[in-house]
Amino acid sequence: MPADNADIADIADKGGAFIRDIRVRSALSAGTPSGVDTHENGMNYIISFLVVGFVFSTVMGFMYILLWAERKQSAVMQDRIGANRATFFGLPTMAGLWHNIADGIKLITKEDFIPPLGNKFLHTISPMIALFFALISFAVVPFGGIYNLWGYNVSFQILSLNVGLLYVFAVMSMGIYGFVLAGWASANNYALLGGMRASGQMISYEITMGATIIGLLMIYGTLDLQQINVAQGQLWGGWLPLWGVILQPLGFILFFTATIAETKRIPFDIPEGESEIVGYFMEYSGMKFAMFWQTDFIETILAAALSTTLFFGGWQVPYLMSDGFHFPWGTVWTLPVIAVMLLQVGSFLTKVFIFCFLLMLIRWTLPRFRWDQLMRLGWTIMLPLSILNILVTGLVLVLWRS
Amino acid sequence: MAIKKVVETGWWERIYVPEIVRGVALTAGHFFRNMALHTAHIFGLAKNERGAATYQYPEERRPLSPRLRTLHRLTRREDGSPRCVACMMCETVCPARCIYIVAGEHPNPQIEKYPVRFDIDLGLCVMCGYCVEACPEDAIRMDTGVVDTSAYTREAMIYDMKKLLQLSPTPTRGINSYARPEDLKDEKEALAGH
Repeated sequence: MPADNADIADIADKGGAFIRDIRVRSALSAGTPSGVDTHENGMNYIISFLVVGFVFSTVMGFMYILLWAERKQSAVMQDRIGANRATFFGLPTMAGLWHNIADGIKLITKEDFIPPLGNKFLHTISPMIALFFALISFAVVPFGGIYNLWGYNVSFQILSLNVGLLYVFAVMSMGIYGFVLAGWASANNYALLGGMRASGQMISYEITMGATIIGLLMIYGTLDLQQINVAQGQLWGGWLPLWGVILQPLGFILFFTATIAETKRIPFDIPEGESEIVGYFMEYSGMKFAMFWQTDFIETILAAALSTTLFFGGWQVPYLMSDGFHFPWGTVWTLPVIAVMLLQVGSFLTKVFIFCFLLMLIRWTLPRFRWDQLMRLGWTIMLPLSILNILVTGLVLVLWRS
Repeated sequence: MAIKKVVETGWWERIYVPEIVRGVALTAGHFFRNMALHTAHIFGLAKNERGAATYQYPEERRPLSPRLRTLHRLTRREDGSPRCVACMMCETVCPARCIYIVAGEHPNPQIEKYPVRFDIDLGLCVMCGYCVEACPEDAIRMDTGVVDTSAYTREAMIYDMKKLLQLSPTPTRGINSYARPEDLKDEKEALAGH
């Protein structure tokens, strides 16, 4: 029937328009003026691949450096020297950087033991789950703004998602599966207890983490990390950058503590407790064991990147606009786009580096919390404080806007 | 029986943050002080300030105490022959029975005896220093500064007279291994006058 066909065509057309609308909107949010031209689309794919490669190699590079810093920074903090003996065919020791490669060779060639009573499939896949979900959280973290280079828009955010922050939390929660399954599939009661501790701790602190950022969301009114970053470029009174930490100091402390708990490193390393209360990776050896360590390091970088993005202006440099510096006293330094890009991406990476340093410092300074202290801190101190933070922020916002 | 009282934490400690900041400030202070020293060492500055408590052992030795008993050596006369007169005092006093001496007749009737063999089994030696104490001729000393005596076989741990005579005292130590530096100066002067 023609009428029905017309209806269907109409609906299909509307649907197509809707889909096109979404595509155009997503392309717009990624900075592309038109998502129609095939040549530009091809170029956009190449740019996307380059950005993905940049983000992945940056994260892995940071992980490599953290692995090295774990040894050297702790050593320097404790008046020691640290690992400095490994060489490669007599090359200079490079302050112990070869030790990471030696570790890799050792871990890859080590026996990969699977407990005979354990679940072989889950035992194999759980470190991959943990590492995978830690890595893909970086998809929505903006490593830089959107820059127009030679007619192409380059966005330093892999996935421009309007629920970016929810995505990060969802993915981080999924990561728990890796740890719990690792504990369960090992057919070892101690490993299972470690996995249970991991799930208990991470669920407790995720609630605080989620409640903490609500104050931030109320201020910026968006879940898109790129837009949160752009909003942090505003100046208050013409000179003070409106970074999240200035608007939400309590929120920052709570969020930072909760992210440290999420990384499962020392003040909160009850799930692992590698020195005495062995954790969920007890029955793991070789590279699978190392994948859990990599997960820890990548979560450390994620904690640093999220703290930077949400509370320390992300890629923002104070007074740096898209065309150069605009100082509050009126001086203007005009800069080319590429210089602005390098400055802003460099600013983000520097902030992440400083946060990684700080996290490492905390990890090598504090002793471990006991389980009851951990739970008391999470449920009776941090959760009420984060709810108080929401209330106070809401009250201030209502008074400010009225 | 002493019972250690549990120190109650006040509200200041229990809000954690200021105490954490204090602890982190302490470790960060160590970190930046040591990093500054390591950086200065690269440029050849502040060499006498140590950036770490570590001694990088095979290349860098700890300074030894002047009183430390280290590997034995046999002292020589002015003509180069061993000062030992094979009196067997050290062999007798040795609690580990690690010294083995075979005496021979010395051509000089004033000396009477000399060691044909003088072996120390360092695998047995307990470094007690009684041999040095017992020696009437100051023929054996433990002032070489060698602390890492090791070998792949038990036989190689037995040091014979030739080896023991070739050892020399550490340059920082002097004639008397039990002497302080200021005593050493006097002793050297006395010997020079002798």
